[in-house]
Formats: sequence, C-alpha cells, structure tokens
Amino acid sequence: METLKAEKKDTKKKTAIRITGAEAIIHCLLAEGVDLIYGYPGGAIMPVYDELYKFQDRLTHILTRHEQGATHAAQGYARVSGKVGVAMATSGPGATNLVTGIADAQIDSTPMVCITGQVARHLLGSDAFQETDIVGISTPVTKWNYQITRAEEIPEIMAKAFYIAKSGRPGPVLVDITKNAQFDELDFVYEKCTGVRSYKPAPKTDMSAIEKAAELINNAKKPYIVFGQGVILGQAEEELKALVEKAGIPAAWTILGLSAMDTDHPLNMGMVGMHGNYGPNVLTNECDVLLAIGMRFDDRVTGNLETYAKQAKVIHFEIDPAEVNKNVKVDVAVLGNAKQTLELLLPLINKNEHKEWVAEFEKKRQIEYDTVIDKDIYPTKPGLTMGEVIEQINVASGHKAVIVSDVGQHQMIACRYAKFKQTKSNITSGGLGTMGFALPAAIGAKMGAMEREVVAIIGDGGYQMTIQELGVIFQHNLPVKIVVLNNDHLGMVRQWQELFFERRYASTVMTNPDFVKIAEGYHIKARRVVERSDLKDAVEEMMASKDPYFLEVRVEKEDNVFPMVPTGASISDILLK
Amino acid sequence: MEKQWFTISVYSENHVGLLNRISGIFLKRHINIESLNVSKSEIEGVSKFTIVIFSTEDWAIKIVNQIEKQVEVIKAYYHTDEETIYQESALFKIASALLFDERQIQNIIKEHHSQIVTVSREFFVLAKTGRRHEIDEMHEALEPYGIMQFVRTGRIAVSKAAMPITNILAEFQNQ
Repeated sequence: METLKAEKKDTKKKTAIRITGAEAIIHCLLAEGVDLIYGYPGGAIMPVYDELYKFQDRLTHILTRHEQGATHAAQGYARVSGKVGVAMATSGPGATNLVTGIADAQIDSTPMVCITGQVARHLLGSDAFQETDIVGISTPVTKWNYQITRAEEIPEIMAKAFYIAKSGRPGPVLVDITKNAQFDELDFVYEKCTGVRSYKPAPKTDMSAIEKAAELINNAKKPYIVFGQGVILGQAEEELKALVEKAGIPAAWTILGLSAMDTDHPLNMGMVGMHGNYGPNVLTNECDVLLAIGMRFDDRVTGNLETYAKQAKVIHFEIDPAEVNKNVKVDVAVLGNAKQTLELLLPLINKNEHKEWVAEFEKKRQIEYDTVIDKDIYPTKPGLTMGEVIEQINVASGHKAVIVSDVGQHQMIACRYAKFKQTKSNITSGGLGTMGFALPAAIGAKMGAMEREVVAIIGDGGYQMTIQELGVIFQHNLPVKIVVLNNDHLGMVRQWQELFFERRYASTVMTNPDFVKIAEGYHIKARRVVERSDLKDAVEEMMASKDPYFLEVRVEKEDNVFPMVPTGASISDILLK
Repeated sequence: MEKQWFTISVYSENHVGLLNRISGIFLKRHINIESLNVSKSEIEGVSKFTIVIFSTEDWAIKIVNQIEKQVEVIKAYYHTDEETIYQESALFKIASALLFDERQIQNIIKEHHSQIVTVSREFFVLAKTGRRHEIDEMHEALEPYGIMQFVRTGRIAVSKAAMPITNILAEFQNQ
C-alpha cells in the first residue's frame, strides 16, 4: 500500500522552471484558468502582490475596500459564472476579515479559494506582528485548509485547493502561505489535481434507489418537488424541467434554488419556507410523495420538524451523504450529482399529469394573491412598498437581470417577487444570512457576467455594512445598478419585535445619512424616489444607464413581510397576515 | 432513542490540523468525547482515531457522516461495545514504603493481574490493561492506601467485523 500516492495528478511530462514561491502562486492561478481575483495587500502577502504587478496583463486584481468585500465579490463571481472565486489577503486582520465570507461560502456551498499571507516560518507561534492562526480559525468554516511553509509545496497544494473547492459539493478552501515560502525558490511544474484518495467528491449512485424513487413517483397521486441550489451547482436545470413536465409534478424552490427554473413556468409554484408562498408551504403537508432535490431541509424551510411532511414518502436527491437523514428522515435516498441521478430517473418515469393536485396550488396561489401579493406589488395606498419596486424592475429588465439581494425584509420580498428566465441569476446569502453581502457580491456578479444586467437590492442596514465597496464600482466604472430600499429601520428585526417582542423596538431605528450624496461622492449617478409617480421613470432610467447607478427608494417604514411561518411553528400554520 | 457507548473509528491521512477539524465536529454539537486515541493503523501512512462517546445511535450516525465528509478522512465507522474488542491501559504510581508495609498491596497486584513496571527507593509503578471497569476496580482497591499519580489511556479498539480500508484505497488507485 505504501506505493499508493495520496493525490492523483495529470501525468503529462512538463519541464520545471526555477521561480520564487510568489511567482509560482501566480502560475498556479493562471493554470487554473483564473483571470480575476479580489483582495487587499499587506505585509505578509507583499511578495505575491509584487508578482501580480508583473502579471497584470493576464491576471486582474480588484482592490476591494475591505477584505470581507473581497470574499463576497468572489462569491458573487462564482455564483453567476460557476467558476471558482478567488480572494486574497494578508495575515492577521486581513485574514480574519475573510472569515465571514468564508463561512457564508461554506454554508451556501460556493466554490472559493482564499489565499492568505502568513508570517515567516521561523516566526510562527511567536505572536509576531500580524500573526494569527487563520488555519485554526477557519477550520470549522472551510471545506479544506492548509498552511504552506515551504515553497516546494505550492503547486501541489494549490492544485488540490482548486480541485477540492469546485468538486462534489463545492465550498471554500483557504491556503495560508508563510512569507518565506513566497520568497524562496522552487523547481516549478504544475499538474492539475484529479483526485485525492481520502476524498469522495460524489458518492456512487445506487440504481435500486433510482428504481424505488421512480416507483414512488409513478404511483403518487400528489407528488411534489422542492428543489434547491443542488440543481444549479449540478447543472441539472434541464433535467429538473424535464421531470416536472413529464410527470406533471408541481415544483417549489428554496431561496438558493430560485432561478433554476423559469419563475413563469406553469408548474413553478414558488418559494418554500418562512416567508415563502402559501401553497408550497401548506401543501408540503398534504403531498403523498415529496421529492427533495439538491436541498438540505434547513430549519427556515421546514419549520417544526415534528409536523413536517409526516404524511409523505420522502425521496432525497443529494450529493452530500451527510445531509441525508440529518433533519428529515427519508424513505429513499438517491445519492449523487443531481444531473446524473435525474438523467437516470427520467426514462423510468411515466408521463402523467395531476390536474386536481395542481389546481390545489392554484387555489392557494389565488388566496395569497388576494390577501398579500396584490397589495405588495400593486399597492393603492400611499407609501411605496418594496414589492412594487421589485415588480417595476421585473418589467424594466424583462426578467433577464441578475438580482443580488442582501439580508432582511427586502431580501424576502426580492426573492418572492423577482422574475427569472435564466439560471444562476439569484445571488443572495441564504444559509448564513450575511448583511453586507449584496454590494460586494454584485461587483463579483457583474464581473462574472459582464453581458448581463446586475441589480443589487439592499436594505439601508446591510448597505451600510459594506458601503465602502462603492469605491470599487466607481474606480472600475462597473455598471452595477444599486437599489436601496430605505425604511430607516432594520426592518426584519423590527417586524419580529412588533410580532414577538411586544413592540419593544430595541435598536432597530436608524438615522440614515443622505445616501444619494454618498453615491455622488463616489461620482455615481444617483436618484431618490419618494413618490410612487416617480418610480417607473426612475427604474427605467436606472436600467437604461450604461454607467453605475444608485437608486434610493423611500419605502413604508413599518411594512411587514407576509406570509410568515413563526419560529417553531408548523409550516401548515403559515400566517397570511 | 437511548444513549449508549459508541466507539468511532476514523481512518485518515496523517495531516496536521485534522484532529482540530474532527474535534470541532463534536464541539459544535455539544457531544463530549469520553476518550480519544490517535495512532498509526495497519496501513502505512494512514492514521487511526479511536473516539468514545456516550450518545444515541442517531447522533453517532450523524457524527460519523460529518467526520467522513472531511477531505482527509478515508472512512469512519461506529460500533457498539458488543461489536468491538476494546481495552484501556493505566499506570499507578505508589509510594514504595507501602509495598513493604501493606501486605494487601501485593495481593491487589496479583488479583488484578497487573504488572510492576519499575521500582525505586521512593515509588513503584503498576501497569494495568483491561476493560474500563477492571481498571476502576483496581483503582478502588488501591485508593485507600494512597495513589501518588494515576493516568489512564483512551480506549483502543478493533472491530469484530472487517473495516476494509485497503479496498477503499485500492479502488481509488484503480479509478
């Protein structure tokens, strides 16, 4: 066994070149097809920045205004492009500032490689200037991490980092590189990693599980699909659509599954979860077969587990075996990449339609429309709603824009009402709920899809957490469209205080600055809308702009997001008002 | 579900930091590690963690799944006590005078099948290998006479059923 190598590599013979570790890092990035990275320089990463200077014609480095911005930008880039996002920072505070973005990428399965500088090997453990144990700190929130202390390790570890970040269930990888390893020379040869012996990117698919799933689906009277980001990450959008149409199964999505299926598809029933749609929540507890595809039964999706889909046979299509039976006990687990498993399933599925069952969804949709949606997106009362702004953007963008949302009320409204024709178009912080995500993520999203319109929808709270990234938009004249839905409150927390804390509004009122002036300070064209009569024109002007554009919409201060499943309640008990 | 003892066996690459990654999985779920042993395994270059927890089977399964998800873990298993052969070792440091003054000490050494590792003018050291309760019994017997130092290892265990790690590694190689 000792002859076994722990990693597999591309074995084509290549000749070595003698270069420094810092230059080797650049060559590794280029070999992995990276042409864009986000970062912030500092002492312990300076040798790499020196090489970036020399390679600037082949590798663009975007200086974000804070390291957290670099991670979110890398995430936005990865989520729209499907490629690995790269963020770079120095040791100590540079590295710790990456942690929020890394944790976000971990819980939302975003492929990202973070490179941090570290003090020289001989100083490790001495509490040297800007020394921090970033490998220790990032361990619980990375898919893998490693500290390089010798230049010779660089090619192998970098290859492994990219392979691990993008394969199987993707995730963030952190590579910490001591300063001596950047300065020292090595004989550089790059071989892409194609396997790690202790790591199984995707489990083997068991054909008998597929057969069992097909039998359940074919015999179901009220089958129901809930899909998540696994469909997007697995590039299984076509297969999902084929399944939905062939078997006539109504489908709903988790927040990260949004845009995997055309929002106007007649069998797309909307969002599940805490602020999801009425039918998709209530009918989860009435279906007879629940197909969960590439989703993980997050608590915001399931509500009280004791009452979640107890009547249904549950089939879980999942790439990560650790997710199976983690929250919901399933009857059939179909392990593997969603595209491959759905491809195997499709020929076994009988053509069918479930008209009465689908009509149940339509009925519930009508109830929700009459009590909630109509008032949200076509309000007649004074005071602008977040919903009508989203609807106006839908109209102006023709459902083609990438929508990047932050966290809070506006996020729920954006995800409920934004319309999408194309996959990888909804970029939001789902699992971690990171306020401040949207502005930098929109930068990355724009750079990952320059041909597409990118609209960031942000609340006044989250906007001020990473507002400094306006500097990047200005410096590179990135035509990102920024919409701040300003209600002068931390709206979602305020809503909870109103509903569950007897209106004790602790620290949720904000006295805000003049956001238009701030945008103008960055030389970004800016406009404020206070009246409904101005909204259409302002949104059209924004969408038509070839330059970055900032739009502040003053919305109702005390609107609440409904429907709502209160924490700990059953999804059947979703409140419509 | 009822709580019971589980032995979790983890085969992994021998990498710095993996212990931290694995212990974090227990920490995050507030599951106390009753004992932990890391050693080489039957395969060169492959480490073996033996971790004992008192938990429900449901949690044991979830923990094993999370451990196995780690990139550098080759395979993880959980077993009940009935499914494993397991032992622990302990050392007792005792004042030498007692060996001569207290006749009973010699009987305890014999009855508990323990070995004398070393004897010096000031102290002698007894070693005992066995099940946890056997070590506890010897500890109880010696305690009234005074124990200068006591230490016990984590559990080491082998499973009755096969843990076919070489097959897994060979499969990777043949892919």
